[in-house]
Amino acid sequence: MTDRTAQLIACHECDLLQRDIQLNPGCYASCRRCGAVLYRNATDSVDRTLAYTLAACMVFLGANLFPIFAIEVQGDRSAITLFGAVLSLWDQGMRSVSTLVLITAILIPALELASLTYLLLPLKLGKVPPRYPLFMRTLQCIEPWGMVEVLMLGLLVSLVKLTNNFRVIPGMALWSFAVLTLLLAAAATAFNARDVWAQLDAKRRDLESR
Amino acid sequence: MSTADSPIAAGRGLCSCHVCQLVSRSTGTSRGQYCPRCGARLHLRRPGSVQRCWALVIASYILYIPANTLVMMETGSLISYRKDTIVSGVVHLWRTGSWMIAVIVFVASVAIPLLKLFSLTLLLISVQRKSTWHPQQRTRLYRLVEAVGRWSMLDIYVVTLLAALVQLGSLAIVKAGPAAIAFGAVVVLTMLATMEFDPRLIWDPLQKEEFHD
Repeated sequence: MTDRTAQLIACHECDLLQRDIQLNPGCYASCRRCGAVLYRNATDSVDRTLAYTLAACMVFLGANLFPIFAIEVQGDRSAITLFGAVLSLWDQGMRSVSTLVLITAILIPALELASLTYLLLPLKLGKVPPRYPLFMRTLQCIEPWGMVEVLMLGLLVSLVKLTNNFRVIPGMALWSFAVLTLLLAAAATAFNARDVWAQLDAKRRDLESR
Repeated sequence: MSTADSPIAAGRGLCSCHVCQLVSRSTGTSRGQYCPRCGARLHLRRPGSVQRCWALVIASYILYIPANTLVMMETGSLISYRKDTIVSGVVHLWRTGSWMIAVIVFVASVAIPLLKLFSLTLLLISVQRKSTWHPQQRTRLYRLVEAVGRWSMLDIYVVTLLAALVQLGSLAIVKAGPAAIAFGAVVVLTMLATMEFDPRLIWDPLQKEEFHD
C-alpha cells in the first residue's frame, strides 16, 4: 500500500499530488500550485540539529536558573527569575495568565529540547529510540506554542519601561535568553522532519530484518 | 497543464498524513483510519474544520472587547497612580518618548489580533461560499496569519515580568489587571482557530474531481 505511493507527496496546503524528487543539499521543494514549502534538504540535518539542541539545553538551564534583571530603589533591590515571575503572578491571583506563561515560556521549550535530544542522540549513535512516532508527533503538535523569541522581545520592552523609573541591572539570564532565541531558531532551521522519519524508518527496518 | 485538472490527493482516494506527510490510500470507511507510519489520525479533510474555526473566531471577537477596554496594568508609586488599558499604555509610551516600543506594542497587541480575526473571517466566508477568488493570495494570507499569531503574547510577558519585579512595598507597585486574562484567552483562541482551519478547503472549489470524506 505504501510502496506504490512512496514517491508521491501531497501538498499540505492545497492537496496537490506531486512526485518526490531528489534535492541538492540546502535546497527546498515548493508546491507547483500554491507555493508552500513541501520539504527541504538541509545539510547534515541530524548532526547540526543535535549540536544546536545540546547547546540550547545548556543555555536553557542558565536562562531559567539565573535572575533576568534586578532593579534598585533607594538601596532596596529586587531580582527575578522567569519561574519567580510566574510564581509571583500566581500569588497575585492571575492563575490562568500565570499558567499560560509557564506553559509557553518554560514547559514547551523544555519539552521541545528534550524530545529533540531523545530522538536525535540515539539516531546519531545508530540506535532507534523506542516509541519514536509518539515523540515526532509531540514535536509537531507543540511547535507553534513555544514562544521564546516573543519572550525575548517582551524582556526588551520591559527593560525599556523600567529604565524610565528605576536603575536596572541586567542579569545572566537576559543574555542566556538572547542566545537561546538564536540557538532555537538555528535548530528549527537545521531540523528536517522528513529526513529524520526516513532515517528512523530505515534503521527500524534494518533491525527487524536482522 | 492548467491547475484545474491537476490531480489532488483526495480526488485519487489518497490521504496525506498531517504529521509525517506520508501519503497512503484512504479506505473510505467511516471508521477512523490511522497513519501506518506515525499513527496519527488520517482525514481527507479535517472534519468540522469550518464550524470549529467559526466558533473559536466568534469567541475571540467577544473576548477582544474586554481585552481592550479593561485594565491591563496598574502602576503606582509615591507620586503617581495609573491604570492602563492596552491602548492607553501605548499612548503613554508614545508620550514619554519610547516611540519604537510604542509601535512594537501597538502592532503586537492591537493590530495583529484584529487583523488575524478579520483574515480568518474572510477566509471562512470565502471557503463557505466555495469561492474560486484568488486562491493563491488567500493561501498566502493564511500563511501570514499562522506566522504572526504568537507575537500577540508580547504584552502578557511584559505584564508578568513587570508585575513580578516591581513589588517594593509602598514605594512602587505594578499589578496585572483583568484584561490580561481576556487578552491571553484571545491569543490562545485565535491560535487554535488558525490550527483548526484547513487551507486545503481554499483549493477544493477549483477541483472537478469529487471526493467524500
